[in-house]
Amino acid sequence: MAHSMRGAAVIAGIGQTAHGKLPGRTPLSMTVEAVRSALRDAGVEKDAVDGVFCKYPTSTFASMYGQQVAEALGMRPRVGGVWDQGGATNISMISFAAMCIENGQCEVAIVTTADNPRTGTRQAYERAWGDDAAYGWFSTPAGYAMIAQRHMAQYGTTSEQLGAIAVACARHGAANPLAAKRTPLTLQDHQASEWVVEPLRRADCCLISDGGAAVVVMSARRAAELGVADPVPILGFGQGQESWEVALRPDLTTTAASASAQTAFTMAGVTPSDIRVAQLYDCFTITPLMILEDYGFCKKGQGGAFVENGNIEVGGQLPINTSGGLLAETGMPGMQLVIEGVRQVRGTSTSQVPGDGPCVVANQGGVMHTHSTLVLGR
Amino acid sequence: MIGTNSQIDLPEPSPDLTRFRNRLSAGRLSFQRCDECHDAWLPPRDHCPHCLSPAFTWEDASGRARVVSWVVYHRAFHPAFADRVPYNVTVVELAEGPRLISNVVGISAADGLAIDTPLALAVETEGDVPVARFRLS
Repeated sequence: MAHSMRGAAVIAGIGQTAHGKLPGRTPLSMTVEAVRSALRDAGVEKDAVDGVFCKYPTSTFASMYGQQVAEALGMRPRVGGVWDQGGATNISMISFAAMCIENGQCEVAIVTTADNPRTGTRQAYERAWGDDAAYGWFSTPAGYAMIAQRHMAQYGTTSEQLGAIAVACARHGAANPLAAKRTPLTLQDHQASEWVVEPLRRADCCLISDGGAAVVVMSARRAAELGVADPVPILGFGQGQESWEVALRPDLTTTAASASAQTAFTMAGVTPSDIRVAQLYDCFTITPLMILEDYGFCKKGQGGAFVENGNIEVGGQLPINTSGGLLAETGMPGMQLVIEGVRQVRGTSTSQVPGDGPCVVANQGGVMHTHSTLVLGR
Repeated sequence: MIGTNSQIDLPEPSPDLTRFRNRLSAGRLSFQRCDECHDAWLPPRDHCPHCLSPAFTWEDASGRARVVSWVVYHRAFHPAFADRVPYNVTVVELAEGPRLISNVVGISAADGLAIDTPLALAVETEGDVPVARFRLS
C-alpha cells in the first residue's frame, strides 16, 4: 500500500533572487524578494500563508530570526521559526511543512532561505574546530578533505574522478542563464587548480554566493482549490544525522545519506533505478560522489567509476545538478537544488532531462553531519 | 574566535579537558573509560556517550596508535600556522580505541602516511597548551 504522505503535499511555487555578489542586500531583503516571486509563481495571495519556515543566515546569525522574517513579510503565521541542520535544513523544513499541513497545523507554508556570505562574513566556513585548533584543524574544506582522503586511500578514488563532477556541474551551469558561474571547466583545468586542503583543489570547492530562495508548500487538494498552475508533488522525504566530530565516525566513507534516502525512497515507493535525474548537494566534489554510493546508484567505493566519462552529464545514465549545483549555479546551500528539481518535473530546466521519472534532491549540512532527501515527481 | 595575531584563541576548557591537559603535560595521554559499560572515549566529557553513566575512570593510553585519515594544508587558515604549510592534520585511532585529531610530526607534509600506518605518541606544546602529536613508529 502506498505511504499516506506520498504525493499528499506539493511544491506549488518557486522563487529566487539573483545569486552571486549582491552588495547592499540583506538576508531579510532577499527573503522578501524570493517569497514574493514564489507566491507569484504559485498564483497564491500572501493572505493564504499560515506557515513560515526559515533557514538562519550564517553571515548574520540572530536568535528569533523566523519572527523577523515573518514581520518583514507582514505575516503572523500559525507555525513559524528557524531550523538548523546547516545545508540539510531546507529539505528538512519542506518535510516538516508537509507534515504540519497533513496534520492541520497550517495550510500553506513558505519555506525560505537567504544569506550573504559573499559580501558579508564567511567566517562560518573558515573557523577553527574548537579545541583542535591547537593542531591546525580549521575550516569546512578540511573536514571534507579528511573524508575524501580516506575514500581515496580505501577505494582508489582519484582527483580526476572528483574533477569529473566539477566538469559536469560547470557544463550544466554554463547552460543556465541564472547561474553565478557560467565558464566551462575541463579536466585539465581541474587538475591545474591549486590545493586548498589536499586532496581537495580550489575547483573541488563550491561557490560562495549571496542570494535568497523560497518555495510554497501546500496539500495537493489545496493546490487544486486555489487553482495552482503547475504544482509538483512531493513523493517522499527523509533525514539522517551523524556525529559532531568527524573523527568519531566509525567509517568516514559512509554517511547519513544512506538512512535518509532509505526513508525517502520507501515513502515514494521508488528505487534508484526509477530516478531520472538527481540534484545532489555539491559543496565539495567528494559529496555527490559519496551520495551516489549511499543512495544506492552504485556500490560503496564505485562512485569514482560511476561519475567518469560523462555518465552524470546530460545525455549520461544519471545527469546530476542540471542547473550547475553549488559548484556553478550558487553556493547558497540547498534550496536552489530543490528549485531545479521542480523545474525538471515541470520540464523547464535549461538542461532538461527527457522522460517522466522522478527527480531526487539531496541536501546535506556541516561536514556530512546532516542529510535530507526529497523525491519529486508526478 | 580567531585572533588577528599568531595567538590561537582556544575555547575555555571544560573541567574534564583541563584534567586531560594536566595529565598530558606530565607526558600521559589519557582517555576516559565508563565504570559501568567499560566503553572508552575521547574527547573528554562527563557522561559515557554509550550508556550515559556519569561514573568513569581516567586511564593512560599506551601511546600506540594508527592512521585513519589525513589532510595537508597548503594555505593557513590562521596566522599561527602560516610558516608551517604544508602541514598535515591526521585522524588517529589509539590502540585502546578512542580517536583524536592530531598531527604526525617528523615527516614532510604527509609523506609515508597510509591507512593503518603505526604511530607513537610525541607530546609537544602549542603555546601554553600540551598537544598529543605522533611520530611514525
